[in-house]
Amino acid sequence: MKIHEYQAKALMSEFGIPIPQGAVATSAAEVKKIAAELGGRVAIKAQVYAGGRGKAGGIKVAGSPEEAETLAAQMLGTRLVTHQTATEGVPVSKVLVEKAVSVQQELYLSIVVATANRMSVMMASEAGGMDIEEVARTSPEKILLEYIDRATGFQAFQGRKLAYGMNLSQNLIRPAANLMANLYRLFQAKDCSLAEINPLVVTTDGEIMALDAKLNFDDNALFRHSDIEQLHDVEQEDPLEVKANELGVKNYIKMDGNIGCLVNGAGLAMAVMDLITLAGGRPANFLDIGTVNNTDRVVAAFKVFTTDPSVKAILVNIFGGIARVDVIAQGIVEAHHQMDIPQPLVIRLAGTNVDEGKSILAESGIKFIEATNFLDAASKAVAAAKGERN
Amino acid sequence: MSILIDKKTRLLVQGITGGEGSFHTQRCIEYGSNVVAGVTPGKGGSETLGVPIFNTVETAVEKTQANASIIFVPAAFAADAILEAVDAGIPLVVCITEGIPVLDMVMVHNYLRGKQTRLIGPNCPGLISPGKCKAGLMAGEIHLPGNIGVVSRSGTLTYETVAQLTSLGIGQSTCVGIGGDPLPGTTFVDILELFQKDKETKAVVLIGEIGGIAEQDAADFIKKKMNKPVVAFVAGATAPPGRRMGHAGAIISGSSGRAQDKIAALAAAGATIASSPAEIGLTMRKVLQKWDATH
Repeated sequence: MKIHEYQAKALMSEFGIPIPQGAVATSAAEVKKIAAELGGRVAIKAQVYAGGRGKAGGIKVAGSPEEAETLAAQMLGTRLVTHQTATEGVPVSKVLVEKAVSVQQELYLSIVVATANRMSVMMASEAGGMDIEEVARTSPEKILLEYIDRATGFQAFQGRKLAYGMNLSQNLIRPAANLMANLYRLFQAKDCSLAEINPLVVTTDGEIMALDAKLNFDDNALFRHSDIEQLHDVEQEDPLEVKANELGVKNYIKMDGNIGCLVNGAGLAMAVMDLITLAGGRPANFLDIGTVNNTDRVVAAFKVFTTDPSVKAILVNIFGGIARVDVIAQGIVEAHHQMDIPQPLVIRLAGTNVDEGKSILAESGIKFIEATNFLDAASKAVAAAKGERN
Repeated sequence: MSILIDKKTRLLVQGITGGEGSFHTQRCIEYGSNVVAGVTPGKGGSETLGVPIFNTVETAVEKTQANASIIFVPAAFAADAILEAVDAGIPLVVCITEGIPVLDMVMVHNYLRGKQTRLIGPNCPGLISPGKCKAGLMAGEIHLPGNIGVVSRSGTLTYETVAQLTSLGIGQSTCVGIGGDPLPGTTFVDILELFQKDKETKAVVLIGEIGGIAEQDAADFIKKKMNKPVVAFVAGATAPPGRRMGHAGAIISGSSGRAQDKIAALAAAGATIASSPAEIGLTMRKVLQKWDATH
């Protein structure tokens, strides 16, 4: 799960990481007021779930409260399109207003879990302020890594190694090492999947602070962080994905095709998408129905399909394991009782309790196209989406 | 032979009294697996499905000599259940549970270092040695005893593959679902190594997916250490970049996570690539025919 920069900065500040003075605003009038209180030059930063804001016009500097008001008015209520967003962009409903900082040096700092080593790792670089993947490609020697032992946590010596490694001056070594230790405390305490400060800056006054802040959280750990979960801004997500999520369909991703897919298992769902593409069609979504023990989630999936105007055919491909085919079949029947499903429906069932599932469908009398295997299912769905009879 | 589980496996079920735990325990027993114990704290001394229940894994092992554990404990408590099994010295622990926080798994891996336990999963369908033992969720009847090893990051795509193999009369030695989590206990390389050593396994099917570099590591191992033929399929060639596809592991970040890169690495290592997920069985049949003609 993502959160906004201003929220990430508030959390960092709570954990003792210095951040610029500032406040969040939803109107240009508020921006003017905050800018006047801060005094001098201010930065106005669009709060969106996407990187690349600077180049896309989502970060502006104003010399006066009036200018801040004008710039904010141009930004608020628009949609920002960056290289990381879809073509329609993401809405800008909030801006962060911060006292402009005079920067002497830009650094990079982040923590992620290194899957190969199965440990958390702190990454630091003196090449801050730019795309870190670009730095990794062009000058990998400028990226320093410190793996963090789960039992000991991040130690002071590791902070010193990274701080000296970034060629910081002697008076900054201890503040930088402390900041790193605090970032690890935050990462661990809040179950982050990414904690990134880019850039981490040294100001001309010789202070070190987080000029930008990005925190992503492990969705699987949100059950123990209700404070974090409520920070989520659904306005930043695809509306169909939000609806799916509200209905309890968690693993749903909207795509640009016209075949609605209901599959159990992420790998099989991806394989079905691949197969549809090979058969000359395009999937309308990725959907892993997961472990189904009741029919609600199946009904919910059909609600999403019938809401999505791009869906011209529905493909159900279930290979029962932990999910039981009879429960899925019952869900399909219930969906037909609860709503009108105008799209042709192709169903392929196999695995745990398949015979029970097939007889439930047969006895229900609902109309569907039966497929015998999953290649057959994909080709029949592609034909159905094109309006061909099977 | 087979790998990891066989007729000698004495299976313990952690979370045996839960909905999923009891449903699948019964399926495993019906398949012929020797389920010797269940663990549910607070229910020790009772019995379910004819299996004695204990309060702790330690007691269960002491009383029943269980040598493998399968875990159906909810995500919030699953890391604790894995640690308990490792602490009790169980050599094989299979964790079915989906949705364990990543930092919990970092802790589990830290504890596993230097221990003798092999962890399979989490977020996996478990494993089966057809005709011998089933320690997982897969429908037993789609399998056929034989000599093809199957290893996969995906559960249901493994069932799909096995069904294709069985319908062509190609049996399996052991099928292992290593799971879709970013920090799996056992990797492709670990399982390939076991299949390479196993006399009964003649060829291997490897099913990968987008995200991470596990398939590239597997390619490296195939190239350097394997002389058995490998058929590979990588799911997610059409997935949009930067999105998480259900499996926490299946997110494309950086070029190495893309299906195309994985397929190229596996092909360069000498694996035969199934171009469509519907042709994994047929591809294996061709590979076996060629292998038999030349060996």
